[in-house]
Amino acid sequence: MSTFSYFPHTEDDVRAMLQRIGAGSLDDLYCDVPADFIYKGEYDLPDAMSEQQVRDFFRKLAGRNLSLKVFAGQGAYDHYTPSVVPYILSRSEFLTAYTPYQCEISQGTLRYIFEYQSMVCALTGLDVSNASMYDGPTAAAEAMRMAVACARKKNTVLLSATLLPNVISVVETYAKYYGTRIAFIPEKDGKTTLEALEAALADEDIAGVIVPGINRYGIVEDLEGFAEAVHAHKALLVEYIDPSAAAVLKTAAEWGADVAVGDGQSLGIPLCYGGPYVGFMACRKDYMRKLPGRIVGETRDAEGRRCFVLTLQAREQHIRREKATSNICSNESLMALFVTVYLSLMGPKGMKKVNELSYAGAHYLHDALLTTGKFEKVFDAPFLKEFVLKPLVDVKALQQKLYERGFFAALQTEEGYVSFCVTEKRTREEMDALIEAVKEV
Amino acid sequence: MRYYDRLIFELSKPGRCAYSLPCCEKAVLALPENLLRAQAPALPEVSEVDVVRHYTNLSQMNFGVDTGFYPLGSCTMKYNPKINEEIAAMPAFQTLHPLQDESTVQGALEVYYNMEKSLAAITGMKYFTFNPCAGAHGELTGLMIMRSYHISRGDLARTKVIVPDSAHGTNPASAAVCGLEIVEVKSNAAGLVDVEDLKPLLGPDVAGIMMTNPNTLGLFEREIAKIASLVHECGGLLYYDGANMNPLLGAVRPGDMGFDIMHLNLHKTFSTPHGGGGPGSGPVGVAERLLEYLPTPHVVKLEDGSFHIVKSAENSSGQVSGFMGNFGVILRAYAYILMLGRQNIRLAGRYATLAANYIKESLKDAYKLPIPTVCKHEFVFDGLIDDGSSTGKLGATTLDVAKRLLDFGFHAPTIYFPLLFHQALMIEPTETESKETLDEFIDVMHKIAAEAAQDPDILHSAPHNAPISRPDETAAARNPILKFQDEA
Repeated sequence: MSTFSYFPHTEDDVRAMLQRIGAGSLDDLYCDVPADFIYKGEYDLPDAMSEQQVRDFFRKLAGRNLSLKVFAGQGAYDHYTPSVVPYILSRSEFLTAYTPYQCEISQGTLRYIFEYQSMVCALTGLDVSNASMYDGPTAAAEAMRMAVACARKKNTVLLSATLLPNVISVVETYAKYYGTRIAFIPEKDGKTTLEALEAALADEDIAGVIVPGINRYGIVEDLEGFAEAVHAHKALLVEYIDPSAAAVLKTAAEWGADVAVGDGQSLGIPLCYGGPYVGFMACRKDYMRKLPGRIVGETRDAEGRRCFVLTLQAREQHIRREKATSNICSNESLMALFVTVYLSLMGPKGMKKVNELSYAGAHYLHDALLTTGKFEKVFDAPFLKEFVLKPLVDVKALQQKLYERGFFAALQTEEGYVSFCVTEKRTREEMDALIEAVKEV
Repeated sequence: MRYYDRLIFELSKPGRCAYSLPCCEKAVLALPENLLRAQAPALPEVSEVDVVRHYTNLSQMNFGVDTGFYPLGSCTMKYNPKINEEIAAMPAFQTLHPLQDESTVQGALEVYYNMEKSLAAITGMKYFTFNPCAGAHGELTGLMIMRSYHISRGDLARTKVIVPDSAHGTNPASAAVCGLEIVEVKSNAAGLVDVEDLKPLLGPDVAGIMMTNPNTLGLFEREIAKIASLVHECGGLLYYDGANMNPLLGAVRPGDMGFDIMHLNLHKTFSTPHGGGGPGSGPVGVAERLLEYLPTPHVVKLEDGSFHIVKSAENSSGQVSGFMGNFGVILRAYAYILMLGRQNIRLAGRYATLAANYIKESLKDAYKLPIPTVCKHEFVFDGLIDDGSSTGKLGATTLDVAKRLLDFGFHAPTIYFPLLFHQALMIEPTETESKETLDEFIDVMHKIAAEAAQDPDILHSAPHNAPISRPDETAAARNPILKFQDEA
């Protein structure tokens, strides 16, 4: 018998239960398993620890990480997390619930998903949002499949070369196995241009086009004319957006995009070494029945009260099985709650302010870094909170110096540039200290 | 639980604010006008108190594992230990940027490495990737590995994957999005994969088979050794769907049964909270010879004892998620494994199996038990023995039983799955429930069966004590309202 806090069994309990079953021992319950497969060896695991030992163990591990002031982005942004958000997320009624299959006792989950969908629609300007995806890059991959499903016979998806590297990598992986061809719109001066898009669209097989709102260099792209060009070829336009910046930038709907995807992480979700984050996906209502993932809708109960249910389920894997265009089941529901509570707290004015502060900080740092003589400007294009520079010093030495001073900055890109990002969390003092450190390299 | 009918948007009043940001009057957004949106987004303007009360009220319309017993079949709703939450919330993990240099995140990388070793010990697989964010994502990743293996050998004709008719719905869907064709293999009268039906399906076009063992009826596939050798002989690989791993925890290892690739659901077997539908984590394990096909990035230990991230590899399946999966979930599962240790793990699966068989034997007098043999972590009833239709009224269905259970403070079992039985009621207790809880559930299930026999209408109109009664799902689908629209 064990004295383990997660097992409530007493010796008498086990005896009585076995007796009801008519089994002599716990091992008898495995009589249907061929004896060879019962594992008789010692499990190569540590000895069971007490709670205090577990805590000490992780404190020791945590001590081998460096906590740094983050001046980097590239798909993960260090925005401020209001204290209310983790407080609400820790409520066990939300945290320890399953997917809301029994809607009568899951109205809490269903309501916040409905609110989440409404907020994603508000940010993107689009009509319909699903209940969430794993992360931004996988949401982009789902959009790739959705474009192919909508286009029926066409099977190539165009990606802008300025999309974040991890978005391109994940979409390429999904495409390789799904059997979809990927082609690229080459960049010009750090941007995706209409001319390059039109040239790439000469290919007859294009089902969809994925372009960023803010690209891998931090540049805010101008998508004027993109939708007309893409729609003329009967393809879908997908915009990959930063939802924090979406509060101020021209919306996916205003650009004429059919689908918007991205990662909700920039809405205050802690960096947490890459996850959990939350992908989002919204579309125009014409494509509602092709949208993957769960969707919550409003209805009435038998007494006429407003309530919420999982709806349009005929699209999903558990109904369509091999005919489904997505296999997504569990998504990132609790992180959708994170985003919902965050956006409720921030409101339109808070979101504007986050962007203003980030913009001001990023431009201050950008200009100051150029005056150090250690960098050169690469692009002359509008940016919000993230930018790249060309390093004139050894990047490894630069990064090492910054680590020593407690900064994570000057992330090297594939192109040999260094990338910086400033959010509203970064103070003037921190930026000045960073600049001083740079000067010493 | 009580009904509360507000949406956060309905609490909005222009001028209220619930944010707290540093003051900076000079900060202006000087981007070109043509790049800016015409109007601010329609987000609520509320106070901090409004937000806290609203979401607290919403939470009170929800049922979680901390509220009560959650016998949801194939979902393994075990207790979610609180120390896990404490560990995942440690700032030294929460503040790490995923692209930091590996020299600055050695503690985080050690978590990945140690978890790989632990899961390898538990499952008998050799290597694990933690990049998939959920079970279905793990299935897809596992199938990518399967295809990469065949493709790298020039064995391009292997485009079919065999899936039993009792499989989780995600199995065929994952295979389809991985570009594989699905071939269904039938179950026999005992609820197990029919080996005779399998044999003619095997050939040079088979990439592999996806198996859940125990299967979705809670039955151990006892012919697994035979199946493994048949599939391997034809050149295919065996994929293990780890959704039902819990009864094998500390008892049986999929690697020993001949499986080549598998996924685990850390949010099932390894006690991390399900969060109302994620975040989960679906690590994928492989046998030694499949290492080169694992997705990247992947953490390895170097000879000097430090940890290193392999960012790309020639035969790798590629990158399947933005970074390296749901690190916060992996931390929680690791805390659980350390609490279990080599001692307690031996009882986890056994107690789960004990609980399932105890309920099964206690209720088979009132519910139809199509397959009466010993089960593992779960089992399936096929509706009531007496549904009350002899009273002249409409008989009570599995849906009615499920809804009536809510009135007694229990979550419902999984219903109408697997598809093999029309009135399927799939019950999975778990090792963290006490005999008293199970007895209470058994009593209530008997009470509901007695109600059904006498007056099934009590069940038809259930639930009676939930925050809402049954919703009009048809109306929801026919006239979809999918976002808030201000009626004013």
